[in-house]
Amino acid sequence: MDKFIPLFVILPLIAAFLIPVFGRFLKAFNKTITLLVFLTLLILSLFYLFAGSQASFVYHIGGWKPVNGVPIAICFLLDPFSGFMLIIINMMAFLSTLYSVSYMTRYTGENYYYTLFAIMVAGLNGVVITGDLFNLYVFLEVTVIASYALVAFGTEKEELEASFKYQVLGGMATALILFSIGMIYWYTKTLNIFDISAILKDSSDYKLIEFTQLMLIAGFGLKAAIMPFHGWLPDAHSSAPSPISAMLSGVVIKAAGLYVIFRLFFNMFEISYVIGIIITVIGTLSMVVGVFLAIGQWDLKRLLAYHSISQMGYVILGVGMGMLILSRNGSEALAALAITGGLFHLINHAVFKGLLFLNAGSIEYRLNTRDLKHMGGLSASMPLTYSTSLGASMAISGIPPFNGFFSKLIIIVAAIQARYYVLALLAVVVSIITLASFLKFQRYAFYNTKVEHEKKKYRDVPFVMILSMVIMALLCLGLSLLIIPDVRDNVLQPAVDVLMRKNDYFINILNM
Amino acid sequence: MIVYILCFILFLVGLFGILTSRNIIKIVIGLSFMEFSVYLFLVLIGYIDNGQAPILSDNIAAAKYVDPLPQAMVLTAIVIGLATKAMLLTMAIRIYKKFNTFDIRKVTSLKG
Repeated sequence: MDKFIPLFVILPLIAAFLIPVFGRFLKAFNKTITLLVFLTLLILSLFYLFAGSQASFVYHIGGWKPVNGVPIAICFLLDPFSGFMLIIINMMAFLSTLYSVSYMTRYTGENYYYTLFAIMVAGLNGVVITGDLFNLYVFLEVTVIASYALVAFGTEKEELEASFKYQVLGGMATALILFSIGMIYWYTKTLNIFDISAILKDSSDYKLIEFTQLMLIAGFGLKAAIMPFHGWLPDAHSSAPSPISAMLSGVVIKAAGLYVIFRLFFNMFEISYVIGIIITVIGTLSMVVGVFLAIGQWDLKRLLAYHSISQMGYVILGVGMGMLILSRNGSEALAALAITGGLFHLINHAVFKGLLFLNAGSIEYRLNTRDLKHMGGLSASMPLTYSTSLGASMAISGIPPFNGFFSKLIIIVAAIQARYYVLALLAVVVSIITLASFLKFQRYAFYNTKVEHEKKKYRDVPFVMILSMVIMALLCLGLSLLIIPDVRDNVLQPAVDVLMRKNDYFINILNM
Repeated sequence: MIVYILCFILFLVGLFGILTSRNIIKIVIGLSFMEFSVYLFLVLIGYIDNGQAPILSDNIAAAKYVDPLPQAMVLTAIVIGLATKAMLLTMAIRIYKKFNTFDIRKVTSLKG
């Protein structure tokens, strides 16, 4: 398996190179190769998950093995947590590309679109599998440069403004991240995450480490659009083409922001109470404030973008509570439950928010508007868009048979068991307000028949768009199965174990 | 020590530029200042007084070498910074073509 690890970065890069070269001579070459690459990577990551082995694999670039436990080369690491993220990334990339096949016919320059898409996915896969801090920064930049360009893909006034805003804030985040990587290197004289974790275990200079941790939270918080740093997200996510919105909301803010925060703060730094408090508080803040900002929106994609902030709050709340419980030497089972809830909500949010953005894209594809006041009565003319979006709306607001209910339930149960009653109450209240907000979406988009337009004019969207939406809607239902203990033990539990593992595990990895 | 303080002041100059200037090009310049101060910091990490270039030969003791890794990191970071700056300036040109202004206060098509 360890021979396959670099493919996650190499294959999308090869596709990104081949598309501009051959794309202009061969029709449909760009779509075919992008789909094939993402399907291959999805099968590879699923193969890792279902092969039964939850082992970790290390790939040393250039074949430079560690000497006496001192790592020399950049290493790629595939462990259950990064495998879990790889599944989310490649699944969403495949389904969004499938949707793009019809959707992107509205735009010119399709070759550039698929090139940038492949580069973005290469960067995301790289962020997730790398075991080296500076290499992580490089892949992060590869991802965000591609997504800056994709946000501005329409090159109208709104897209350009949103992209400029995103780039200025992203540039500041980059400066902060690079600065804190420099601080860590200064202190430990190494860049390998596992080597750093072994050194930080014995360190006593808490002030410097805490300063670096705060810098990292600010930097990656900007990338993940957590509450005080969320300003760019509604603009960027609502201006991008819809499949890209689905990728940005569903994958990029998770893999480039939250994944790195979790990985670094659980596996690289020692878990501390102060950082646990900070992460839980910003998680709760973004959960509450995001939903209140969302409820007044009339622009459909902007409403969904604000809900992304709010739902990311749930994920951070779950994992942050796990960190708090661990740092106070609480029961490990309870911490594992909280973290399980957070990671479960992470994969759920990728699916249902991706689906909602694709629904918004379908409505925009036929009606050319994102304003809820100009929609209405679409339940008759676009039945499949309507039914899939109903499923996704119920999933995001936590209605029982859908996946969102179970992950929110786990988070709330963990909060109550850990005696964080206020957090549990807030989580319930935010869920109810989310439901209200999505009732508004359903009513104005699909039921409101008072709006004057010729209903017969609209047909449902083309087949491939329907196909990718239906697959996602089925996933919304199917992911509920992760609540069953046997399935959970095979999929979620190994990823949670990686986060809870202590440093001995990484010393083994160093010598692999 | 004074070098690190100057480096931090350069960072603050860049931040001040981003926060206060209204011209899009000046914002890009401010962002460059911030990034350059970070590059400077990275180079300073590996610096040793009276150090030597890290070329393996018999004449120099290993303790005299400056750390080569931050230099490699800075070169990579400069290349990445070039790409982001090119993208930002492209966007600035497109914004000028659409809005006919470089004033960030007049670039307000997004609200809410």
